[in-house]
Amino acid sequence: MVNKYMERLYNGLIKENPTFVLMLGMCPTLAVTTSAINGVGMGLSTTVVLVLSNMLISMLRKIIPNSVRVPAFIVVVASFVTIVQFLMEGFVPSLYDSLGIYIPLIVVNCIILGRAESYASKNPVLLSIMDGIGMGLGFTVGLTAIGFVRELIGAGTVFGFHVMPNAYEPLTIFILAPGAFFVLAMLTALQNVFKNKAQAKQRAAAAAGCVSGAGCENCKSRETCGGKMVFSELVSDAKHDAKNGVQKDTKNEAEGGEVK
Amino acid sequence: MKELLLIAVGSALVNNVVLSQFLGICPFLGVSKNVKTAAGMGGAVVFVITIASFVASVIYKFILVPTGFEYLQTIVFILVIAALVQFVEMFLKKSMPPLYNALGVYLPLITTNCAVLGVALTNVQKSYSVLESVVNGIAVAVGFLIAIVLMAGIREKTEHNDIPKAFQGTPIVLVTAGLMAIAFFGFSGLI
Repeated sequence: MVNKYMERLYNGLIKENPTFVLMLGMCPTLAVTTSAINGVGMGLSTTVVLVLSNMLISMLRKIIPNSVRVPAFIVVVASFVTIVQFLMEGFVPSLYDSLGIYIPLIVVNCIILGRAESYASKNPVLLSIMDGIGMGLGFTVGLTAIGFVRELIGAGTVFGFHVMPNAYEPLTIFILAPGAFFVLAMLTALQNVFKNKAQAKQRAAAAAGCVSGAGCENCKSRETCGGKMVFSELVSDAKHDAKNGVQKDTKNEAEGGEVK
Repeated sequence: MKELLLIAVGSALVNNVVLSQFLGICPFLGVSKNVKTAAGMGGAVVFVITIASFVASVIYKFILVPTGFEYLQTIVFILVIAALVQFVEMFLKKSMPPLYNALGVYLPLITTNCAVLGVALTNVQKSYSVLESVVNGIAVAVGFLIAIVLMAGIREKTEHNDIPKAFQGTPIVLVTAGLMAIAFFGFSGLI
């Protein structure tokens, strides 16, 4: 029982991290990450909206007619965004000022509509809430990481505290608009490096005939293959997990249908 | 007249919607593979933003403000934009088939383009009149058109270049966008 909920958290934070893996919600990702604290603020306000809208949409999933579901989702999301906007204006005015127009623009953040459409409208309430928390935290982590890098290089500070030595001349370009593109380019390039390596390893292992895993001890090409067997096992495990995940989701759908 | 010109230059070049406001990044990265489709997308955005900023500002001025429902602006604007895009699509299909064929595929994508909602909200924030809102809308959209067409032109060339493996795909596009953003800083002395 607990595993099912933890799996949602893991899915949002790592496996389908909205910023680094799915590349969703790029506008706020680039725009508000001039400092780590802005990243945290934007991430958390998006999380609040995402959790609440996932909850309500999941509650209403049997009431909303299929043909008008997208406008209905948009109204739900826009209402929560308005609430969050006024709360922030009232209680954290400085953060509200620095995030500016990007708070009402949470409405068009594709992560929120995406989760509503692909998850909350098909799954029970508690699971949808966990999914919202996982995805929201994944987004927060992504924004904070980018904001951290930009603030460190561009201003020499972290969360407003000076950490770089006084001799360090901040590269202001990193907290200006172009810096956002450069940092994100570096991060996606880094991700490509890992992806390419994983693919190359997989191909090498396949070429050496080690994929099956069994009988590697007697394998002729053991030297070229080395410890790759472990890797191929990992890959097949991951594939297996992914399959199970899909099955779980469809099962949930089926359950939802029965209750109906 | 002078104010309108300042708004136009400011929104189109100095504070370019994509390169300094980061609105509409998704279509900017997604639909900029070649100049022709990029121009199509840009044209559709100009069309929709112009109408949307007019309708949104009329609704805000003459319905929301008199009735005291200003706080509903986000909800009302996003619904107006979604409805408007549908309506424009149907209208074009019936009355201007050639234009529809040119822009058709891009229209549904525009609802989720945050530039449209962004312009409507900025107009309210800066308390522009209806005329200023329309001028601002056109200028922002033209800025988007300029950015996406330039980007597509560069991408057509870089496709044949020898790019390091890790930077192929999205990363090199982002680096290009960053360099373009630096170039657009050059306009900041204009106003």
